[in-house]
Amino acid sequence: MNTPAPLAAEPAWPSPLREFCRAFARNRGALAALLLLALLVVCALLAPWLAPFDPAVQHRDFLLAPPAWLEGGEMRFPLGTDELGRDLLSRLIHGARLSLLIGLASVALSLAPGVLLGLCAGFFPRLLGPSIMRLMDVMLALPALLLAVAVVAVLGPGLLNTVLAIAIVSLPAYVRLTRAAVLGEIHRDYVTAARLAGAGRLRLMFVAVLPNCLAPLIVQATLGFSAAILDAAALGFLGLGVQPPTPEWGSMLASARDYIERAWWVVTLPGLAILGSVLAINLLGDGLRDALDPKLKNPD
Amino acid sequence: MLSFLARRLGLLIPTFLGVTLLTFALIRLIPGDPVEVMMGERRLDPQAHAEAMHRLGLDRPLHEQYLSYLGQLARGDLGQSLRTHESVWSEFASLFPATVELAGAALLLASVLGLLAGVVAALKRGTPLDHGTMGLALTGYSMPIFWWALILIMFFSVQLGWTPVSGRLDLLYDVEPVTGFMLIDTLLSDERGAFLDALRHLILPAIVLGTIPLAVIARMTRSAMLEVLREDYLRAARARGLSPARLVFVHALRNALVPVLTVFGLQVGSLLSGAVLTETLFSWPGIGKWLIEAIGARDYPVVQNGILLIAALVVLVNVVVDILYGLANPRIRHRQ
Repeated sequence: MNTPAPLAAEPAWPSPLREFCRAFARNRGALAALLLLALLVVCALLAPWLAPFDPAVQHRDFLLAPPAWLEGGEMRFPLGTDELGRDLLSRLIHGARLSLLIGLASVALSLAPGVLLGLCAGFFPRLLGPSIMRLMDVMLALPALLLAVAVVAVLGPGLLNTVLAIAIVSLPAYVRLTRAAVLGEIHRDYVTAARLAGAGRLRLMFVAVLPNCLAPLIVQATLGFSAAILDAAALGFLGLGVQPPTPEWGSMLASARDYIERAWWVVTLPGLAILGSVLAINLLGDGLRDALDPKLKNPD
Repeated sequence: MLSFLARRLGLLIPTFLGVTLLTFALIRLIPGDPVEVMMGERRLDPQAHAEAMHRLGLDRPLHEQYLSYLGQLARGDLGQSLRTHESVWSEFASLFPATVELAGAALLLASVLGLLAGVVAALKRGTPLDHGTMGLALTGYSMPIFWWALILIMFFSVQLGWTPVSGRLDLLYDVEPVTGFMLIDTLLSDERGAFLDALRHLILPAIVLGTIPLAVIARMTRSAMLEVLREDYLRAARARGLSPARLVFVHALRNALVPVLTVFGLQVGSLLSGAVLTETLFSWPGIGKWLIEAIGARDYPVVQNGILLIAALVVLVNVVVDILYGLANPRIRHRQ
């Protein structure tokens, strides 16, 4: 009696996750960005314990004290103090919390409705789709910052309204991207097969098609995150965002403008914090794009 | 081509109507009394209040109000500023050249340097020069430009004293506004040194506003060049013995320019966003600063119709870019 010869072992396909990790790890810039971002997240989560001082406490004897390594610097204030004697390091650490919060909240608030509208626009091409897309055209006709400023003019300044304004401004990008991805997938065989197997429209939308549209959405969400931080800082700088004395990076710069001639640290450091975090997130976005979506990859 | 044009222009109508709906709604969504919002007057007695309601048409149903707003726009009546009592249109028209001058200088800087950086990075692909250029481009792309402006002012204006901090021209010079473009007006006038002064005022704001477009164009040019450099017709051209310079700048760059052109259209919106910040920072008397000040002063007629004018501008520029793109690339023109 001869037993059938054991089948040749199946070729070991790497799991998509492992493949993604390997592709991502090859990108040294993205890894460095991930580290910087991790530092930022730690700062944001542990701000009250990491910051040496309460960010609102004013040390009236130390107005505009320079950073510790400069002449006249105090060891108590490693990065110096601002015009009201508040510790700059503490304010920067608390600012990280605010910026990440605004970024996360506005991405979540625009991603969910954006994906929903995009799915609808792709699945209902007769009436609903074109009307949604015309609405997005209207929103795209307004420069983002100006639209955000207009929204704030209606709602009034403040943290929540900043988040809302940025979420509204970034909506069209998600809608267009989702719709384009849906239109690319909807005529594929697997969708037809699912439909023939009796899948309802909702199941087709969310179970069959949506998972296959995720790659560009993840990349766009990353870019949206950094854009949100920039926009929030710009609104804060214009005095229309988060209001002082809340330590928001953009509004810190707005008040620093008057000290440009004698206190470079209050001008330089908050901006470096913004630039550093936005740069890290954009690097991460580039890395994600290359690893997730070979179609979008820059040839290099 | 005609049907492409008609299709593209046809899309304008719903977009533009949508924008009017938005600016119409904007002013009615602002919390508070509409008469106070529109007239900028507070605590009117009830009689005067009712009269103002009637005069502004605010007592009529919303759809009638919207139609009469459209009628007003069709007649070219954009209302009056609450602060200066000048018509919104004439204020816009007098400030607009300043913004165009700034944006034009920024875009010129961005395209020249951006194309150059992109081409160099593509040709030297994989070398430290490529990585360095692209690292700088990503940094520029991530730049909070209001901070970048402060840094440049701190270094070039305060430390070195090379450039002025604000405005378009020193008060010393008396220049007749002919075109509204300071560089041209100073050349037309007989004031000595005025042109150089205008240029010195322009350079920092143009660098600040041009930074992000520069980064975008550099990145786009690099990837477009890398695509094109792989094409067969370039290998054929090389085989025919064309000089490398001619190969790169005539054959490759020309075809790489097509996707870069789209970026121009996309950048108009962000250029105007940037102009809002740049003009505020450098006290540049353009439409961005005008709108921000109007919002601060609750000058709602200016806010409402200023936004409308800017939206019209963005939409028009995008149509022009689309048409140019269609002219350059038949595949776009004939797509349904």
